[in-house]
Amino acid sequence: MNHWLLDAWIAGMALAMACGPLGAFVVWRRMAYFGDTLAHSALLGISLGLLLDIHPALAITVAGLALAIALVGLQHRQTVATDTLLGILAHTSLAAGLVILSFFDNQRVDLMAYLFGDLLALGRADVYLIAGGAGVVLVTVASLWRPLLAMTVHEDLARAEGVPTTGLKLALMALIALVVALAMKMVGILLITALLVIPAATARGFSRSPEQMALLASVTGCLAVSGGLAASLPLDTPAGPTIVTTAGLLYLLSLVKRPR
Amino acid sequence: MNNALVSAHELVYAQQGRALIQRIHLDIHAGEIVSLIGPNGAGKTTLIKLLLGLLSPAEGRIDRRADLRVGYMPQRFHVDPNLPLQVSRFMQLTSRDSAAIDHALRRTGALPLMSHPLQGLSGGEFQRVLLARALLRKPNLLVLDEPAQGVDIKGQAAFYRLIAELRDELHCGVLLVSHDLHLVMASSDRVICLNQHICCEGTPDAVSTNPAYLELFGEPALEGLGVYTHHHDHHHNLHGDTVPDAHSHHAGCNHS
Repeated sequence: MNHWLLDAWIAGMALAMACGPLGAFVVWRRMAYFGDTLAHSALLGISLGLLLDIHPALAITVAGLALAIALVGLQHRQTVATDTLLGILAHTSLAAGLVILSFFDNQRVDLMAYLFGDLLALGRADVYLIAGGAGVVLVTVASLWRPLLAMTVHEDLARAEGVPTTGLKLALMALIALVVALAMKMVGILLITALLVIPAATARGFSRSPEQMALLASVTGCLAVSGGLAASLPLDTPAGPTIVTTAGLLYLLSLVKRPR
Repeated sequence: MNNALVSAHELVYAQQGRALIQRIHLDIHAGEIVSLIGPNGAGKTTLIKLLLGLLSPAEGRIDRRADLRVGYMPQRFHVDPNLPLQVSRFMQLTSRDSAAIDHALRRTGALPLMSHPLQGLSGGEFQRVLLARALLRKPNLLVLDEPAQGVDIKGQAAFYRLIAELRDELHCGVLLVSHDLHLVMASSDRVICLNQHICCEGTPDAVSTNPAYLELFGEPALEGLGVYTHHHDHHHNLHGDTVPDAHSHHAGCNHS
């Protein structure tokens, strides 16, 4: 195994582990489309980051947070249904990102790399960033686990019992925005939500508790990353899409082999 | 200053320019069961959320006694089927004290359900688990939103009896919401009839003959509440046996 592949594998495993518990909440709280919207807004973040010369991971996280806050504000006005609102925000931000990127010359901007990931561009610094970021996500989710779960089961009941749900919701959105930023080089912004949703959905059929499901989702994600990376070399396919395809195949397999 | 657990004064709440709660005064004392009745959209759940502090009133004020501990039982709700959650884990969201969890579940008759997934419970079982979780807080005020929802008619009477017993044991105040006065009559000390404002209040008997109550719940109003009122399709004879109504027979039948 060469160094480059080892780097990619370590980054992928860290990402998959962080995506397990977070993805479980995305599935339980039906935030898949929200995750997609955050991912779409990442392109706007990247383009603004290029304009202002800010690190892309930071730019993506900030853009994601700004989008989340805009969403909460618009939801309160209740002019249209949330999924319509998400559709507006997702595609407006993606389109605006593409428009801004078109001002740069093609030498500097590799659009395909942003959309579908570019493992070849993954440097040692990126690996440290991903591993460190994944660690932050894991520790944060673990420390907020019980209140997050209480809020997910019944928001008003949790609030009546003193859980600060507004802050928790913002924290959850921030964590998803951070994962989007971290996963961008790995799988690309169009496929990031897959890393959150598919392993968690695969784990559901084998879990009897929320904690089991989160853990199994991490394990499934790690399997998908390992399998996808291993397959992408001999097949000479792009790593990100191969990882997501592997995750999808694992999900299909789980449907066949469901214990209950 | 009275010794009420919770007092509301001149409470007003509006949403998108529509007043949902209009100038409500309300006191709840320890040891009494207060039933909040009213048609759909009368603001019952809104009033409860104001008292719980889940919503902020536009006007007015809510005083809570310093030692107030509320056990809240929300309306029957749906847990996402993708969330694997056993009853025991659900209870742990309120308290990690497993002896207390055992005790609360036993008290509501839900102890055998401990390791069942929440999604597989029947209506009555789910309500017993929800009530047990409210008890875990060692409350001196129980706030129960439609506690007998999804419970069959026979179970409903038992459920209200259980609530009355809990009131005696814990000497707590109970505020409960219901659509139907007749269900809560036997177990309520006081009934508040709500339709944005308080139409009338008093003992169950007094309310049931109050013109404001009859206007809200009289026959014409009942038509609009079809989901929650059951029109009898039979009568009972003197022995208590059921006798079908004539109109419930098939048109072609000949009973002569």
